Amino acid sequence: MEKTLKKYFLIFTLPTVIAFAFAFIIPFVQGVYLSFCKFTTVSNAKWVGFDNYKTAFSSGQGFTSALGFTVAFTVISVLTINLFAFAIALLLTRKIKGTNIFRTVFFMPNLIGGIVLGYTWQQMINAILYKYETTIVSSATYGFWGLVLLMNWQMIGYMMIIYIAGLQNVPGDLVEAAKIDGATPWQTLIKVKIPMVMSSITICMFLTLSNSFKLFDQNKALTNGAPMKKTQMLALNIYETFYGKTGYEGVGQAKAVIFFVIVALIALVQLSFTRSKEVEH
Amino acid sequence: MKKKLISALLCVAMVSSMLVGCGSTAAEVPAAKEETTAPAEETTEPEAEAPAEETAAAEGGSVYYLNFKPEVDEQWQEIAAAYTSETGVDVKVVTAASGTYEEVLKSEIAGQDAPTLFQINGPVGYNSWKDYCLDLSGSELYNALSDKGLAITGEDGGAYGVPYTVESYGIIYNDAIMQAYFALDGAKAASVDEINSFDKLKEVVEDMTAKKADLGIEGVFASTSLLPGEDWRWQTHLANVPVYYEYKDNKVSDMAAIEFTYSDNYKNIFDLYINNSTVAPGLLGSKAVTDSMAEFALGQCAMVQNGNWAWGQISTVEGNTVKEENVKFMPIYTGVSGEENQGLCTGTENFWCVNSQANEADQKATLDFVNWMISSDTGKDYMVNSLGNSAPFTTFGDDEKPTDPLAKEMYRYMENGKNSVTWNFTTFPSQAFKDDFGAALLEYCNKNMTWDEVKDLVVTRWAEEKAATAQ
Repeated sequence: MEKTLKKYFLIFTLPTVIAFAFAFIIPFVQGVYLSFCKFTTVSNAKWVGFDNYKTAFSSGQGFTSALGFTVAFTVISVLTINLFAFAIALLLTRKIKGTNIFRTVFFMPNLIGGIVLGYTWQQMINAILYKYETTIVSSATYGFWGLVLLMNWQMIGYMMIIYIAGLQNVPGDLVEAAKIDGATPWQTLIKVKIPMVMSSITICMFLTLSNSFKLFDQNKALTNGAPMKKTQMLALNIYETFYGKTGYEGVGQAKAVIFFVIVALIALVQLSFTRSKEVEH
Repeated sequence: MKKKLISALLCVAMVSSMLVGCGSTAAEVPAAKEETTAPAEETTEPEAEAPAEETAAAEGGSVYYLNFKPEVDEQWQEIAAAYTSETGVDVKVVTAASGTYEEVLKSEIAGQDAPTLFQINGPVGYNSWKDYCLDLSGSELYNALSDKGLAITGEDGGAYGVPYTVESYGIIYNDAIMQAYFALDGAKAASVDEINSFDKLKEVVEDMTAKKADLGIEGVFASTSLLPGEDWRWQTHLANVPVYYEYKDNKVSDMAAIEFTYSDNYKNIFDLYINNSTVAPGLLGSKAVTDSMAEFALGQCAMVQNGNWAWGQISTVEGNTVKEENVKFMPIYTGVSGEENQGLCTGTENFWCVNSQANEADQKATLDFVNWMISSDTGKDYMVNSLGNSAPFTTFGDDEKPTDPLAKEMYRYMENGKNSVTWNFTTFPSQAFKDDFGAALLEYCNKNMTWDEVKDLVVTRWAEEKAATAQ
């Protein structure tokens, strides 16, 4: 039986393999190939070697400054989102009235699309800034904190749900035992609850990190990079290189490959780091 | 053995069903796209045709027009349906959302069902799309052009883009408010005719700002929309004026590097716009073109810089108070000597191109379609009355001109002996240059950049982008 399975393994996985190849492997390989080409449309590519990669890092491209902005934004938003989400999750796992309603309310923002959210927040932030005769695009600082605010508002609910699930899985006897041993609530939190929800933290860190790093629609809708591309994040920079300038499609593609490598690296490092802190039940 | 056969058959069945699945979804995609744009064309097509035309349709290919102007999308769908019911040739019109034409064209033209008719915005656009532009010099469309010089010619002398409309822009003013001002005591001018230079314009505008309460307006100029993506009136249209004079001084029609010698003139008019506006300069980053046009339509301001296409927007604003006979044009004065004789900025950035990589039947169908647009009575009626195009073709008679107030003003300026400012912004290096210029203007309004920095940016970015696109 084993032997027959091995023999027919390829045939039976063939449909899935083909689907995977069509939907993922072929576009990916073609994408990497195109990053070494000069092209306007995918059908007329000319090989140019590493030129696109060199251009991608040249000063006029704004790729490095977009990278800096993205990193700063990611660090701040990962910290704030997880802190707030965990705090709210702690609150909502206590036995207070109306927890279900609160959970639903906090989760709702996550269901709204990024572009809509971006425009809505742009209107709201501008409505406040109007009083001071200024707008969100008048300074990169406003744009930065506007994005952080928006991202927090959107992601906290989702992360909160994950933390709630984790906190509910902390065995009651452990918490009780800690209490009997005379641990303060703070000690219980640090020594018992957090180690027990480490797997949730892994997931949340991964989701917030990759989502913040790859942020596109909110960025485009809220500031679109203004002023002077100072609030432009990586994904938007790639998009604008690809579509904004004829003859730079290859450079955009090269940036996208670099972007992929960065995201993959961060995700792997972060996963292995937080995994090592997880406790087996 | 038998088992093997069965399993092999099963595998084949699985794979083929999957492939079939793929095939049908691929076919559904364009259909779904059509549904959103033109349901009418599909329903009218099959039955309404005469048999002879059916054969023509079968061998004659079809037309796919990628339309540039979202404001006339409905009209184009109607035209497509009318043409299909008249000739039996399939016409599909897809409209790109505002500001995304290049992106949509880029992805559509790479597809199997590529547009057969698309448009470019001038020499720079031709440079990006020359591999896809068919030489139109032998076509009826080109031969009907009243001024062959308007077409875009390639290095080999062929005509690759044919303009289908001529447009003008300037400062649109509300004559009712102007008359109210002239009637006030101590008005700086007695009629609009006296305003024929920047100095006079500035004097009048600043006096109007001082008396805006009496005039019942919130500002003289509509807000200078600098929301990213909404700044084309400044980084393209207004910037055309100083560039026009610089080209003229150098007696050229394009330059690899500019000095922006007339930057102070640009600053003159731009400062006037932002300091006499309905809103404070710091708020301009949140304003879109529609905001400005709405302010004008609602009578909150007296002037707005825009082109003759804006009438459609002004007239459809809900609760608009501007009467048709009060909508007038005035040239954009910037303080250049001899500007008393300057007229409106007149030209075109809308050139039709036929996809040279489409198959011949489709190319022929497309040429027939555009020819129908400019020579048949129905087509001409659509061109003039639905699309509001001032078509530069000999096939259009004197009475076949758009009749909206701004178009009338445009013809008045063409005929009153003033010197039209040509559209040189079609030679602006790239969209990236324009966007950076717009962003710099916004920074200037927010006082994060000085005018000298803006000027430097324009000069360096122009040279950089010209060099980059020349590669």
